[in-house]
Amino acid sequence: MRLKNQPPVSADTPIGIMLTINGQRRELQVAPWTTLLDLLRERLDLTGTKKGCDHGQCGACTVLVNGTRVNSCLTLAVMKDGAEITTVEGLAGLGDRAGSNALHPIQEAFIEHDAFQCGYCTPGQLCSSVGLMNEGHAHTRDEIREAMSGNICRCGAYTNIVDAIEDVMQGGAR
Amino acid sequence: MTQTFSSTGRDTFVGTPRSRIDGPAKVTGLAKYAGEFAAPNLAYGYVVSSAIAKGRIAAIDATKAEAVPGVLKVLTHENRPRTAWRDKNFQDQVAPPGSPFRALYDDLIAFSGQPVALVVAEDFETARYAASLVHVTYAAQEPRTDLGALRGTAYDPPGKRQGIKPPPKPWGDADAAFDSAPVRVQGAYSLADEHHNPMEPHASTVVVEQDGTYTVYDKIQGVSNSHQYLTNVFGLKPDQVRVLNPYLGGGFGSGLRPQYQLFLAMLAAQELKRSVRVTLTRDQMWSFTYRSEALQTIALGAEPDGTLTALRHDAVQGTSQYEDYQEVVVNWSGVLYKCDNVALGYRLVKLDTPTPGDMRAPGAVTGVFAIETAMDELAYAIGMDPIALRLKNYAESDATAEGKPFGSKELRRCFALGAERFGWAKRKPEPRATREGRELVGWGVATGIWESMMMQSSAIATLTPDGRLTVGNSTGDIGTGTYTILTQIAADTLGLPMESVTTKLGDTRLPEAPVAGGSWTAASSGTAVMKACRTVGEQVFKLARAMEHSPLANVDFDRAVFADGRIAVAGDPGRSVALVEVLQAAGVDKVEAVEEAGPDKDFNQAYEAYTHSAIFAEVKVDEELGQVRVTRIVSAIAAGKILNPKTARSQILGGVVMGIGSALEEESMLDHRVGRFMNHNLGEYHVPVNADIYDIDVIFVDEEDKANPLGVKGLGEIGIVGTAAAITNAVFHATGKRVRHLPITVDKLL
Amino acid sequence: MNRFDYVRAGTVAEAVQAFGAGARFIAGGTNLIDLMKYDVEKPGRLIDITRLPLDRIEAHGNGLRIGALATNAKVAYDDRVAERYPLLRNAILAGASAQLRNAASTGGNLLQRTRCYYFYDTATACNKREPGSGCPAIGGMNRIHAIFGTSENCIATHPSDMCIALAALEATVQVSGPQGDRSIPFSEFHRLPGDAPETDTNLAPGEIIVAVDLPESRFPQHYTYLKLRDRLSYAFALVSVAAALEFDGDRVKTARLALGGVAHKPWRNREAEALLEGKSATRESFQAAADLIVSEAKPQSENGFKIDLARRAIVRGLEQAAAGTPQSLSDKRIQ
Repeated sequence: MRLKNQPPVSADTPIGIMLTINGQRRELQVAPWTTLLDLLRERLDLTGTKKGCDHGQCGACTVLVNGTRVNSCLTLAVMKDGAEITTVEGLAGLGDRAGSNALHPIQEAFIEHDAFQCGYCTPGQLCSSVGLMNEGHAHTRDEIREAMSGNICRCGAYTNIVDAIEDVMQGGAR
Repeated sequence: MTQTFSSTGRDTFVGTPRSRIDGPAKVTGLAKYAGEFAAPNLAYGYVVSSAIAKGRIAAIDATKAEAVPGVLKVLTHENRPRTAWRDKNFQDQVAPPGSPFRALYDDLIAFSGQPVALVVAEDFETARYAASLVHVTYAAQEPRTDLGALRGTAYDPPGKRQGIKPPPKPWGDADAAFDSAPVRVQGAYSLADEHHNPMEPHASTVVVEQDGTYTVYDKIQGVSNSHQYLTNVFGLKPDQVRVLNPYLGGGFGSGLRPQYQLFLAMLAAQELKRSVRVTLTRDQMWSFTYRSEALQTIALGAEPDGTLTALRHDAVQGTSQYEDYQEVVVNWSGVLYKCDNVALGYRLVKLDTPTPGDMRAPGAVTGVFAIETAMDELAYAIGMDPIALRLKNYAESDATAEGKPFGSKELRRCFALGAERFGWAKRKPEPRATREGRELVGWGVATGIWESMMMQSSAIATLTPDGRLTVGNSTGDIGTGTYTILTQIAADTLGLPMESVTTKLGDTRLPEAPVAGGSWTAASSGTAVMKACRTVGEQVFKLARAMEHSPLANVDFDRAVFADGRIAVAGDPGRSVALVEVLQAAGVDKVEAVEEAGPDKDFNQAYEAYTHSAIFAEVKVDEELGQVRVTRIVSAIAAGKILNPKTARSQILGGVVMGIGSALEEESMLDHRVGRFMNHNLGEYHVPVNADIYDIDVIFVDEEDKANPLGVKGLGEIGIVGTAAAITNAVFHATGKRVRHLPITVDKLL
Repeated sequence: MNRFDYVRAGTVAEAVQAFGAGARFIAGGTNLIDLMKYDVEKPGRLIDITRLPLDRIEAHGNGLRIGALATNAKVAYDDRVAERYPLLRNAILAGASAQLRNAASTGGNLLQRTRCYYFYDTATACNKREPGSGCPAIGGMNRIHAIFGTSENCIATHPSDMCIALAALEATVQVSGPQGDRSIPFSEFHRLPGDAPETDTNLAPGEIIVAVDLPESRFPQHYTYLKLRDRLSYAFALVSVAAALEFDGDRVKTARLALGGVAHKPWRNREAEALLEGKSATRESFQAAADLIVSEAKPQSENGFKIDLARRAIVRGLEQAAAGTPQSLSDKRIQ
């Protein structure tokens, strides 16, 4: 059913929502307890967004909701009805590169600076980097390090991640 | 074969910095990990974990869970399908001696968090919800998990773990030498229990194919281990199971052994005759394998000139009740330093925890922290520069291996180059000598060491008439860059551009290779790939020579040069033919070879092989508040030939970061009353975040080594070893406080 | 995570009306969903209040009214907050991660539950989670636990950073509920565990936070939020200090001090604040205030260090505030 406000929807009834995911409008029926992360990974086969802890403690699930970075593991899909979601799969299509298959500058910079090893935290790091740049609060290396501290990289690629972000912020998109 | 890896004798790609070839897949989200492969009609398993550490399951009531619509099955010890039960069926390729854990085997609980049921449902959320409804009643017993309290029960493990050298017999008389030494230091040292916490939680997807065979995606550092485990435990024929794992979201040792989610996923798939995925939660990552705390004591005796006269290093380490996990903790002290009187001891204590396991540089992280901190203490006791003390006692041969020489050891150069880069000469030796505002600044140094190993490994190389070369084997790229270096090696061996090479890994249909661990993958798989490519080259060369009007007519293979996609004659570059032309002319659809590579027995008989490092750390410590910042690390590494300086540097960066975690943050806290790690999440188990990491400078010291044709010694572990000691020593230099028990949290510096 | 009904409320009245036993309001969800996944919270109904018009930050008398749904990030980066209440900005930015601050709401931040290991782990007892079951943190793993205001039933701490600043700023919480609207002074919003540790706040059932009011700005220069933790970012406080000073010439006219990570609520000691007032800002008077505060501290088996750490952090926080050199958010050197 399509929900406006009230009355309560009982636990057994899926709820109709609309999400724009990576530029594509999707009408979806979801259970209220389905997180945005599980919706993406298990229902829509958008497994680029990772589940590292499922509790907002690692940042691997970071996606952009209306351009803002959030932990999709702590986001109920039903509560984002009407939102625009960008996942790592959609980064390449952002901005003036829409429609092209070219990588987003931050994706290129991550490759160039070897800003990952196993790659599991990488989608979250990338979305978080784009979110950071959208926010516009971090400028210095120290500020980038602090603003990226919600994304754990157990392989320890931190210095390379900061190099990559600095590179893109300084217009170093190649 | 010769000492070079490429038949041209030139390195085009090997030795040059190359971006990861798996980079595009990883930055676009297309790289799939074990818990992400889709299958028709996939069911989801969710594990119910034991709330107690020791005792029995008195009753287990799954009726409420089974009543939830969408629940397919609740598997427990009471209703599980039969599998093999003997120890040997469950012993995987790297199992320590003992009786491996068998999930849902019976009602006995051996550790907190032990899986006691698997709820399988149509979707993840239903399985998770129903799992919360499984009601387990326990008959709990008092767990014993306090290593310190149980120290008196320490024993020498009767069965030795394969590949793990027990401590050597003592030489000289360490006790007497210590008692009569003019300078003496002794102390007790420990690291906290640590958990690997790769970012990807352990997961297995078992896909039931239409023909009844199984395709299994498992989080494992080498698919052949899971394959062997599944065939042994479930009585399957080798061709009934294919195990894949093209990408691994970090292992650090946690993925060496097949874990219980694999067993449970296969059990459920067989029972339900449908595909099943089981992914562990982050909390459940505390329910198997960890770096177990070791209580260590060290006693060093020396002459006033720094000559070591006595060295005692003892360690007591925890293991589980059911297996004797062992690692090399104390031997390093005897390898690193020349000393006439040495006694090394290593014993185990049984604890009610899961079996500990290899975690990045297992044993070395633990033991080298202790000896390298003790050496710093000795340097202060003597009043000698800590580098000078190490050089004074520099081992030219391995005393723990009857004095065999090292195949190569450029540790002196590591100290020299590292010290120069770090600015060590400017260091004021006395503690608390340098201040910046509210902070005390300290500089410390330590040595790192890890074994250089090679394992029996095979690989396939296939060249097709379109000019594409495909190579691979079953080992995994655990984030180390294996895809990339194998591509470099293959491209160089056959003189092709890297773009023409496809490297495939992590598939049991590929030739067998060992698990990716121990820093042996570059040497083992790299050599096997090189040999397979080399054989392909020889075959193509034969085809080329047999061509009509062949430009290579009457040329011997040792004059063949593979470059730019062609075979040319050495010294006569005008005579050449393209590989593609050869295959097309011969009318073959491919040229293929499978080759094996293994350790060089002659070399191993003559030499001992280790990688070494010198680590320099700068810390800034708030004098009043005890906050420590590691503002600078220089890690100078001697590890043979560096195949790819870019990915190699990242390996060291990663090791250093984990070393910083070990030194300052990481600690799994056991509540001994309940035998449970209480901070079992990434919010309360602290691993370094971006803000913790300042400058890290990596230096690769030239080192020629002949243990394998590539000249590589491995890089996965060496970056972490000794890092914590360098930091501890820097903290002492800054503050005058000697911390011997890691991590150095603020409370230890107040 | 249990099964629940979902209600999306369009007005505060609708939200309040939808409330019943076992219901929870949800906004950012950053703590509630976390707890639901651990089966610590098992609401029968979630009332989604994110569509309520409560996300504005607006002038209110001489102060500022922060809507309960304004995200932590929105508050922290609001120009008026930065200019007039920089203590609040700094405290918010010292907490959590950018992602969490982008989602977490002001109201939700006030209602964060403790990070006590035992509270979070349903395999163990916990009086806060299951009243009467016991407190294994006492005598257990308690290095992160409280040193002030504990009871024999609970030694948990309140985890928020933002609330420590709000306590120092003497904010007022505006709530709406079945019995109508009311204002709760910040010092009375959170409670000590006593014999009812299951209750964190003095909100009545069904009451919803609609706004947090900040009084007139008095500490735009002399303030700091100093947080000590087990790593340099993205960790809860072992001890944190919100310090704010107002000067009359070279004498302290008003002093506010609130501590985080040490009690079941933001911890204030008005006697210690009074001790600072009317005197010049010297290390000696800071130490006297710190000594007075920690004289009430009661250590547990593993957190005795917090007493010393708190004493030192108070002194340093006051020094930073007095000098007008608040702790930097990105330079981790402690000024």
